[in-house]
Amino acid sequence: MNPSMAKPNWILSLLILCCFIFPSVLFATIEEESQKEEFNEELLLKPLPDRKVLAHFHFDSKANFFSYNGGFHLHLFPKAIYQLVHKFHVKEMELSFTQGRWNYERWGGFDPISSSNAKPPGVELWAVFDAPPSQVDALWKNLTHTLSGLFCSSINFLESSTTYSAPDWGFRAYSGSLRYGTLPREAVCTENLTPWLKLLPCRDKAGLAELMDRPSIYRGFYHSQRLHLVSSGFGSNSVDSEIELEQTLTVVLQPSTQRWATSYSTGSAMQPSWSLRTIFGREINKKCILAKSSNVYLQLDRGLVSEMKKKGFRPDFATSDISITNPAFELSPSPEKMIREVDNLNDVESSILYVFVIEKYVDAKPFDLVLTWKLPVAWSCSQAPLLANRFLMGSGNERGAIVISLKSINHHQSLVGTGAYGEKCNLHINVFQVVPWYVKVYYHTLRIYINGQVQPAANVTRKMRVSPSEDKVSPGALELALAFPCSMKSAELSLDFDKGFLHIDEYPPDANQGFDIPSALISFPDFHSSISFAEDSSLSPILSRLKKRSPALAYTEVLLVPLTTPDFSMPYNVITITCTVFALYFGSLLNVLRRRVDEEERRLEERAKRKSGKLRQQLQKLFARVRGRPLEQHPNPSAPSSSKTNSKLIMKVGLMVLIAVVWQYYLR
Amino acid sequence: MGEEDSTKSSTKTKEVTRFWEWAIAAIIFRLVLIYFFPDILSQLASRPEVSTPVTSLRRLAEGYWLKKQASISPYAGSMYHGSPLLLSVLGPLTVRNIDGQPSHILCSLLFVIADLIAALLLRATGQKLQSAYCQSLKALGVEKILGGSEFYASGDISALFYLWNPLTILTCMGSSTSPIENFLVILSIYGACKRLIPLAAVGWVLATHISLYPAVLLIPVILLLGYGPDAPPKKLFLQKISRETAKDSSDSSLQHVKPITGSALPSFSWRPVILFLLWASAWSIYILVLCGISVRQNGGLQEMFKRTYGFILTVEDLSPNIGVLWYFFAEVFDFFRNFFLIVIHMNILFMILPLAIRMKHRPCFLAFVYVAICSMLKTYPSVADSALYLGLFGLFINQLADMHFSFVLFCGYIGVNLLSPVMHNLWIWRGTGNANFYYATAIAYAALQIILVVDSASAMLNHDRRLRKLTTA
Repeated sequence: MNPSMAKPNWILSLLILCCFIFPSVLFATIEEESQKEEFNEELLLKPLPDRKVLAHFHFDSKANFFSYNGGFHLHLFPKAIYQLVHKFHVKEMELSFTQGRWNYERWGGFDPISSSNAKPPGVELWAVFDAPPSQVDALWKNLTHTLSGLFCSSINFLESSTTYSAPDWGFRAYSGSLRYGTLPREAVCTENLTPWLKLLPCRDKAGLAELMDRPSIYRGFYHSQRLHLVSSGFGSNSVDSEIELEQTLTVVLQPSTQRWATSYSTGSAMQPSWSLRTIFGREINKKCILAKSSNVYLQLDRGLVSEMKKKGFRPDFATSDISITNPAFELSPSPEKMIREVDNLNDVESSILYVFVIEKYVDAKPFDLVLTWKLPVAWSCSQAPLLANRFLMGSGNERGAIVISLKSINHHQSLVGTGAYGEKCNLHINVFQVVPWYVKVYYHTLRIYINGQVQPAANVTRKMRVSPSEDKVSPGALELALAFPCSMKSAELSLDFDKGFLHIDEYPPDANQGFDIPSALISFPDFHSSISFAEDSSLSPILSRLKKRSPALAYTEVLLVPLTTPDFSMPYNVITITCTVFALYFGSLLNVLRRRVDEEERRLEERAKRKSGKLRQQLQKLFARVRGRPLEQHPNPSAPSSSKTNSKLIMKVGLMVLIAVVWQYYLR
Repeated sequence: MGEEDSTKSSTKTKEVTRFWEWAIAAIIFRLVLIYFFPDILSQLASRPEVSTPVTSLRRLAEGYWLKKQASISPYAGSMYHGSPLLLSVLGPLTVRNIDGQPSHILCSLLFVIADLIAALLLRATGQKLQSAYCQSLKALGVEKILGGSEFYASGDISALFYLWNPLTILTCMGSSTSPIENFLVILSIYGACKRLIPLAAVGWVLATHISLYPAVLLIPVILLLGYGPDAPPKKLFLQKISRETAKDSSDSSLQHVKPITGSALPSFSWRPVILFLLWASAWSIYILVLCGISVRQNGGLQEMFKRTYGFILTVEDLSPNIGVLWYFFAEVFDFFRNFFLIVIHMNILFMILPLAIRMKHRPCFLAFVYVAICSMLKTYPSVADSALYLGLFGLFINQLADMHFSFVLFCGYIGVNLLSPVMHNLWIWRGTGNANFYYATAIAYAALQIILVVDSASAMLNHDRRLRKLTTA
């Protein structure tokens, strides 16, 4: 037994003992009764149509505080999070670290997993504060610094007002107290995962988190580590308060298989068989005894189930003790139970969930889930009504255009169920787009093309909110609510922009790599994805999570905008050359103004008496010829004095240099 | 036109033949460009040489959109930095399009009209200056220099030069608000020359309101109103009078010499100046009230000043233009930024007084020098400023005939104006050059402007010296 595990165990048992032995000790009883903590861990596995496997870890900690008496002793719930919520009045917060991009086309865009766990690359943080609007910015800044320390990442860059924005309605319904910021270029690595795991009561020593073998997790195609917390009753003086912390890790992995059997009948490739051991390289050795429940689910998609039904296989199979088999696949060990989705809208297809309760297995031997496919199956995931992409147009470093392109999914059955069957069927979408200030967007150039033809923006725009970017102060944000006709095949939104020019200090060290425009968020307010299962969902947080109706979301790509760079090695040269030009202007103009021509003529005569420079005469002749004017008529008064001017100029420049040197040394 | 007749009768002025044909041809040329090459218009609209953050019509359209469609302040965000009055005049023109033509065609038509009127005002100013010049020469008794060399009708020449200057045509085509600024500056000089005090005041106030820098024209305008149009130095008249009186006293029988009365002597008259100041303050109050009404919901006048003049003075936008300051402030250490801002604005202000003292007898020329200096040290210069001072330059071709570097300047202007777009293209579009190439052309351009200012100032002073020699001889 691990000693670190043994310690809390021991303390707990001692505490319980105390409660039994000294029932009169008020302190202990109050503490036990005044807070209720709960921890659940779950893992959802799901085969994906493109021969990959989705693994979705879900850790849920909940703490109830019935009466606040100045401080609590927390058993399971992470203290850091409790302090964070308490100090910064966080009502709701979500932080995600993501690597890779969710493939909406293949992995689905219209199910609860994708709409809440598909996140933009890099770091995304949003928080709702339970505080008056004037304090929200200060709280946000403190929060970013705290999180930055907590998760070993550069979230503190979100402190600067140029990186976060305050969306009004385009992102969530909270207005005024919501702040949203992203760092698209933040690299996500194991240094971010370790502190995240530290928030779990069993860390990665026991339970499902044991599977998180770093090399296999980070080898995946998509990796998103998310922390979502909801609190209630902290801002007000209500007696009971609650925090719910949801930590999820979503990875899309490619099972490593050697044989790629192709079926002779259909020509489609066989799905790779996998086990926890092959995809993670580990098994679950022991359960986390602090977890109230610890389950593994295997979800078969609606599409997959219907495809299997079409082929004549029933997904509920002859169950043996060790494994279940059917003509399509074999599952071992056999699941605890099988839950069907309750779909009240259409009964054509429903997804299936196989439940494995870890406690049942772990005692005997390490838990390993093996899925072996016997026949090739091809299916597709349910998708959001529109596929969103975003790209840049234009070349050169002066201007360009951002285009968001929305393509309708060909088969229109996804539109069934919108309930908008009148004489006018509309597809509502919301667009939320944040652009950094150095991308200067001209919002009046917003053009909307529907099926390739320009439409007046007023025809499709329901609501629009623009907060234009301010140089070096705030980013620009665009919130658009659009209503497209249902018959639409494709739509494009284009916005022209000028590229800004930055001060040399504002460029990052790798200035020529370009700058990122964070992902735009396309949401479909009329399309709610939820899967409700026959099982009582209150038992399992993940089931209740899946059941929760959430609007379908899609994040677009991060765009990379190359910006022009000045010459970084030039500051001294530029300063000296420009100052020289100014000195030239000032000196020569002043010289012209204060010149006394009588003295000059006298000096000229003196000089002529002494010696007339031959070269200068030649030059004068040349100049006179160039100007086509005889030399004798206009004796050039400035040319003889040019040497004097030069010496004066040199003196002036020398003086300036001297002043600069003195300045420099004086400063040091 | 009585003065013009007298000028014609006394001196053989070389008139520009077919002035009107040329002027109309220039207008038709513009209209043809606007109507048949709308692509060029939209290309030019984003050229850094033509439109600056302050004058860009595209930004104005954005400001108008923000105000009308998004119903927030036009100054929200860092797009629009112009006057709210321009916004309400030009804004509606940017959104209205007539049968499929690009939307800025109406604005372009307005700019063509502004150019034409500016040219006509220049012509009238030139004629006035010329007649005054001839009168004062006659008064000094040195008409013979008029006969000696060719004498051009400077008004016609400068008007045509303004109309046919490629830089002016670029400005007019390029959808920036600078033709209006130039028109206002010329209007104010014209008004001061002709002693139309309200006109001079409105021109000066509006030009200052739109682009701030014409504020320094206050001194030339006051001198123009006080002393009248350009004349040789007062000293010459005094010497002449003293000589006359000496001659009179010595030989009182000689009566055919034209007597110089005190009225011909340039003396400072305070009445028009005070009237001008009153008019100017009245106009500025009027304009401030109008602005206040239009920005009432959006933070008021303080916000407006911060977004317009504050933006101009603090060089917030570092996008390249034909000046040198953008690169300077993109590179300068943040620590020194304020210091250099002060130094650079001081450079304009420092030269005002010496120039005003030395050239107070030539207020129009002084105005030209001020405009040239401003266009050189401006934070967001464009070729429109060059077009303006080159147009004004045409007014003094007779006096500035013996500039030393005219050939160098001519070649330099052509060279820099051709090289600068090439370097910009290499840096921004192709990525093969770097910023220093473009900066080098900007430095060359600044140097050329310096040479122009210094050379023309020295030529004008030399001209005065020549007059003095002639009178004393």
